[in-house]
Amino acid sequence: MGQLEIEKIDETTFVLQMGPHHPATHGVLKLFCELEGERVKKIVPEVGYLHRGVEKLAEYKTYPAAMTLTDRLDYISSMSNNIAYCLAIERLMGIEPPVRAKFIRTMVAELTRLSSHLLWLATHALDIGAMTVFLYAFREREQILQFFEKICGARLTVSYPRIGGVRLDIKKNVLEEIYEFMKVMLKRVDEYETLLTENRIWIARTKGIGVISPEEAVSLGITGPALRGSGVCYDIRKHAPYDAYSEVDFEVPLGQQGDTYDRYLCRIREMRQSAFIVKQCIEKMPEGEILAEESPDMDLTPQPKRIIKGGESLWSGFVEFTDEKYELIPKGEIYSAVEAPKGELGFYIVSDGGGKPYRMRVRAPSFIHISAIPKLCEGHLLADIIAIIGTLDIVMGEADR
Amino acid sequence: MPLYTDNKDLIAVEENTKIIKGSNVIITTLDKIVNWGRSNSLWPLTFGLACCAIEMMAAGASHLDLDRFGILFRASPRQADVIIIAGTVTYKMAPIVKRVYDQMPEPKYVIAMGSCACTGGIFNTYSTVQGADQFLPVDVYIPGCPPRPEALMYGLIKLKEKIMKEEGRWGSWK
Repeated sequence: MGQLEIEKIDETTFVLQMGPHHPATHGVLKLFCELEGERVKKIVPEVGYLHRGVEKLAEYKTYPAAMTLTDRLDYISSMSNNIAYCLAIERLMGIEPPVRAKFIRTMVAELTRLSSHLLWLATHALDIGAMTVFLYAFREREQILQFFEKICGARLTVSYPRIGGVRLDIKKNVLEEIYEFMKVMLKRVDEYETLLTENRIWIARTKGIGVISPEEAVSLGITGPALRGSGVCYDIRKHAPYDAYSEVDFEVPLGQQGDTYDRYLCRIREMRQSAFIVKQCIEKMPEGEILAEESPDMDLTPQPKRIIKGGESLWSGFVEFTDEKYELIPKGEIYSAVEAPKGELGFYIVSDGGGKPYRMRVRAPSFIHISAIPKLCEGHLLADIIAIIGTLDIVMGEADR
Repeated sequence: MPLYTDNKDLIAVEENTKIIKGSNVIITTLDKIVNWGRSNSLWPLTFGLACCAIEMMAAGASHLDLDRFGILFRASPRQADVIIIAGTVTYKMAPIVKRVYDQMPEPKYVIAMGSCACTGGIFNTYSTVQGADQFLPVDVYIPGCPPRPEALMYGLIKLKEKIMKEEGRWGSWK
């Protein structure tokens, strides 16, 4: 176990290593569980099995090209990652995307939230033992992925937004199709609820499991639906609106108990709100441009050119360079966060004026949620760990980066 | 029904397969019947590593339903025939993938799904294994980042074709 040595192992306790290959760990997470019988005494998570060096790799790619890496962070909701990244660069450069692009982005972000929550519902229910929900949820998820395909040609790793707008305009008939589907989607959410909300097994497996008080949740840094399940109203869409969120009307669902069941209800209600936002976006979407004029080109040079000393003509044959360089992207650093389906997704970018980020740091919600597993699992049964991992909605691509 | 029949009673329906006229009996080679059985009940391991695992789930779920091909996902390597390397293999994960592969019973097959498992893909970094074929004998490569579920289905069909061409791989009976 190396540095993660668990102390004091006597006859009554033993250490169970769960993962990295376990169907219910949502990827390649490893947990060292110190058990007393079936009760959990202590849990030490081990991450890093999917560390791909995304942050380092981004330093070798230009700003537009590094966006393809953000797709693969939280691969369930790649659209939100792209938007978070683009927003950070836009704020650094001081670009404002056109209004139509803002509405399109809001719409696709909410569609992504729906697909992410559907996948969460499917896998969470499957882990706890409800197979039917998995098949139901994937039916609708496939529809949303087909909409993504119609919008940009890709299903999962979309790279659809651009710095200063979006890549392609959406056709009117596709918007109509999405609008019609949102009406169906609301009925489908009711359908999932009939399967789970009043299901006795579901309630027994989720009520009172993984309870966390609002104060503890805030101090652990939990964000997103996992925090709102504890009753803390924190939603970046509402408190620091970006894109077109200030122009649409929606509610932030809150829980009370802070247990797995409340977090489940929160996400279910969020799905309804998402469908509501998508409908509003389509209704209010104006015509117009989709990409700002100042948007950097895809073939942005990685190295900035040096400034030539003025006054002398190039005809003389000698050009005197200075040490100063043109700034392709303004120098400086910026942190900007969006409300991704999992929680607060932040990008911290340091620019040295060149076409490549000097440093890109990702504040991934999943990584912080993993650090909350030991606290949430304290005193629970081994079988409840599965429910707790499910309720935190962890994606390892984002946690290990 | 007589045990031995004249050649004129045998009707060849396809290569290496004959039926005895007027009876309910097929005569074929052991290779063919074993390969037929194996290729129609490929049980992959539920083993997701990264993004491609989501498309693998989508292929197994309601819309594209892999069950109709006899492909059922199994959670234990001891019950699996094929391992789908769905996603990026890192240096930290590679020994575990190898260990899981070693636990599978023979005959076993490997599908490298996605660019990362084929060649390392866009992750040409210090921590990523540049292709699953560096430590596993890969049978089918499926390119794409991630490949569509249809591409995975095509890869599985290719694996079926490969299994049908095998000769003498029925172990200790031989």
